[in-house]
Amino acid sequence: MISTGALRPVSAIRAAVGQSEGTVASHKTMIRIRDLSAWYGTFQALHEITADIAENQVTAFIGPSGCGKSTLLKWCNRMNDVVPGARATGTLELPDLNILASSTDVVELRRRIGIVFQKPNPFPKSIYDNVAFGPRIHFKKLSRRQLDEIVEWSLRKAAVWDEVKDRLRQSALGLSGGQQQRLCIARAIAVGPRILLMDEPCSALDPASTTRIEDLIFELREQYTIVIVTHNMQQAARVSDHTAFFYEGKVVEQGPTEKLFTNPDQQQTEDYVTGKFG
Amino acid sequence: MRSLAWVRAREWVIKSGLLGATLFSILITASIVFLLFGETFRFFSLDEVSVSEFFTSTKWSPLLGEKSFGIWPLVSGTMLIAAIAMTVALPLGLITAIFLSEYAPRRLRAILKPVLEILAGVPTVVYGFFALIFITPFIRDVLGIEVDYFNALSAGIAVGILCIPTVSSLSEDALQAVPLRLREAAYGLGGTKFDVAVKVVVPAALSGIISAFLLAVARAIGETMIVAVAAGATPKMTIDPRNQIQTMTGYITQVATGDVSNFGVEYYSIYAVGAMLFVMTLAVTLLGNLIRLRFQEAYE
Repeated sequence: MISTGALRPVSAIRAAVGQSEGTVASHKTMIRIRDLSAWYGTFQALHEITADIAENQVTAFIGPSGCGKSTLLKWCNRMNDVVPGARATGTLELPDLNILASSTDVVELRRRIGIVFQKPNPFPKSIYDNVAFGPRIHFKKLSRRQLDEIVEWSLRKAAVWDEVKDRLRQSALGLSGGQQQRLCIARAIAVGPRILLMDEPCSALDPASTTRIEDLIFELREQYTIVIVTHNMQQAARVSDHTAFFYEGKVVEQGPTEKLFTNPDQQQTEDYVTGKFG
Repeated sequence: MRSLAWVRAREWVIKSGLLGATLFSILITASIVFLLFGETFRFFSLDEVSVSEFFTSTKWSPLLGEKSFGIWPLVSGTMLIAAIAMTVALPLGLITAIFLSEYAPRRLRAILKPVLEILAGVPTVVYGFFALIFITPFIRDVLGIEVDYFNALSAGIAVGILCIPTVSSLSEDALQAVPLRLREAAYGLGGTKFDVAVKVVVPAALSGIISAFLLAVARAIGETMIVAVAAGATPKMTIDPRNQIQTMTGYITQVATGDVSNFGVEYYSIYAVGAMLFVMTLAVTLLGNLIRLRFQEAYE
């Protein structure tokens, strides 16, 4: 199962270790979230969330369905803009950019913050055109050669190059689900983001493909700040450095993944990570 | 309480009734086709005409002077009208479809869509007079282009307006069928609304759009009343839209409603023209269906 540590009496260990709530000490904050509340129409999906997403680390959002973790993820690159009735208040910012400001250019924002969705969603185009889609939008006047380089670099980075290099002109729909998802990661990093948002990227994949994506996430951490939403506790434990546990639109607990899974401060967190509910 | 036998008898009657209605419409269609080709055969067996003349001569003058039966002037007239119509209907219909599907708020779409479909419900004779009393003077007086009183251009434009709802409605269905997650993918990469519509949604829906276009072509080829009113009655091999021309449907109308002897060569000629028209329309429709089935969008 997850961890035997999680079954120990939490309060005792908390006293012994004397750790405060997890904060990020060694890594700079990439996304700063303060008192963020969000609504869909009259339904409040997020209640005054405060959190820091650390640079070049993997942060996992966990929690039961409807807890607001995906909502927060989608506010990070304003994907909620197209949802009628969605609005947010509070602070959500990069070191140099207020994400929620109406003056923010979402096109540039989404270039800087890429997103990978739950179900692989390649365009019904060739593998090459899928990866080249973003660069063609953002970087006008790329030479053929530069574009080729970006495509190869992205596919290599996403660990799918060897499987597709001989069929770049064929439809992306002919790839397996796992390959499609790595293609979608390649497509996302092809525009040069610093941050990658992943919304349950493995939930539609088989275990072998999931392992490959998880390995990839681990490697990408060197260069990217990654936020991953997952329903899978083991996955959060395996791939993330930090974890935030969401429940009913609030962050119940956040901190180093290790601590959250072995020695959580909150009873609710312990119940969730040990599978008592969710 | 009903007996089982009674229920079964009733089901049998219902089933037979439905089957009968289906067979009836098939029978009607089959007899029309049979009649069409039977009379066409009779036309070609007349002394005045030959199959080779029909397909090689470029002169169609069945009514006056030296009779000549070359189908191409009528085909070219028909194609000219269809080409003009599609030049109008394809861009306008597609732009309308993109607007309705990708840009219009849901409420506006709920109003606009039925309004557009009314366009297709206006009697075509109204379009014919619209071409004659509005479009032609507009071309002459506002655009300053010299055109005949009856001309292919204004009739073609009117047919095009008639075809807009066909293109827009079917194209919009195709655009709507593109899954949301492809749009999300494009937005997530920083695409603007325009990028998403033009670079993702339209290409993904292309086979549906092409089939909508071909159905509109079939409609334009078969359109009768507008061309009978506004395009003239002069069969001519031309691609100059300022001229008056005659389409296949226009010719059939002219003879069928005119004062010709019932069993002369002119009379039988309309069957040959009708058969040709039937083959063309059928080919375009089949092609449209073929493209739709063959290149059915797969999104997974």
